[in-house]
Amino acid sequence: MNLLIDKYHNNVDTVVKIAGEIDAFTAPQLRDELLPLAEGKNQSIVISLKDVSYLDSTGLGVFVGLFKQLKKNEGELKLVDLSDRLKRLFEITGLSNIITIATN
Amino acid sequence: MDFKDMFQSKYRSILYSYLKESTEAALYQGQKFSRKAMEHQISPEEIINVHCTALKELFPDLPQEVFASCDFLLEVMMDYGLAYQEHQSLRDQQLEIRSEIEIAASVQDNLLETKIPQIDVLDIGAISIPAKQMNGDYYRFVQDKQLISIAVADVIGKGIPAALCMSMIKYAMDSLLESRVHPQHVLENLNRVVENNVDSSMFITMLYGIYDSYEHTFTYASAGHEPGFYYQSSKDTFSDILAKGLVLGVDPNASYHQYEKKVEPGDMIVLLSDGVTESRTEEGFIERSVITDFIRKYQHLPAQEMVENIYRDLERIQNFEIRDDFTLIILKRKV
Repeated sequence: MNLLIDKYHNNVDTVVKIAGEIDAFTAPQLRDELLPLAEGKNQSIVISLKDVSYLDSTGLGVFVGLFKQLKKNEGELKLVDLSDRLKRLFEITGLSNIITIATN
Repeated sequence: MDFKDMFQSKYRSILYSYLKESTEAALYQGQKFSRKAMEHQISPEEIINVHCTALKELFPDLPQEVFASCDFLLEVMMDYGLAYQEHQSLRDQQLEIRSEIEIAASVQDNLLETKIPQIDVLDIGAISIPAKQMNGDYYRFVQDKQLISIAVADVIGKGIPAALCMSMIKYAMDSLLESRVHPQHVLENLNRVVENNVDSSMFITMLYGIYDSYEHTFTYASAGHEPGFYYQSSKDTFSDILAKGLVLGVDPNASYHQYEKKVEPGDMIVLLSDGVTESRTEEGFIERSVITDFIRKYQHLPAQEMVENIYRDLERIQNFEIRDDFTLIILKRKV
């Protein structure tokens, strides 16, 4: 149940790579690592979920909280490399209509 | 003689009888003594002290080094003693918390209790089992003449925070006079209440519908809830109840689409929470068809027996370890 979070900055955005399972146990760790990234104005964050094997509603909540914080500071959130299962989760909850999910 | 003296002399006599004849009976006396000592919260290093004092009394001619080694052992055991005390205190705290949770869980059960409507044209079954002590899933039936309103909701997170959120939903719905209000407006209303009151990473999924038992129509709207199933008796097929809508609590201005289905005799409406569809076996997540297979298996039974049997089967394939709150509701239009 380990979560690995890798962050780096390029000129345009902060890129985050997450690997592991995001559930009620690991979500707090994810939130603690991601929320500070949304503090400044106009922050652009791209998160790759390629190696995320499980995401439940607590994990979704972290992304929702991050999205709201970014929006408040006129920032942007983009999620990329979602598996079909994860994509479905964002579609059913309607979150794919408000958070940018890239299709490749 | 005070407690300490009694304790000391009792230990000495048990030790002495064991040394004289190493019998099972004597060892057993030692065990009983140990249990009594723990009841009186005697620490490990106090036991060592008692033992060494007894040695001194029984065998005063032992080499000095033996008694010196006792002092050494006592010193080494100090940390064990501290750890033991901390353990006792944590255990007490845990017992207290557990009993508070039990009280909270039973208050929740009372507050959120909902009766399954008894109506001659519908057979309704419902089951909701929490993964922990408090349930983050919620279902509610309200009957108003021929209209039956049904709500199924799932609060994100588990345990106490989820359950508290659920109470808020219940009271918000109470104040709505739901059956007069269209499902899409119920969700729009609730969405505003939730968004105003929960923390930024919480949200709630809900499916809300009204069954008209005169017209046999089911009118519903969904806020990001896990799709249920519709069984069409004439074709003997299952389809997904797809309804689009944003989860409650994210965007205060969200609007919801409403859908209507005509229900024929023999048809079934299956509503559930993601604790059902997110069941996992060793091979991974189950396919939705596993659930419809189970529904078919028990289709001939009354709705309440259906949901109970399906729950037991899904529990079994997960080795009796359900990870999320499990809610399953089946409505059958009687033939």
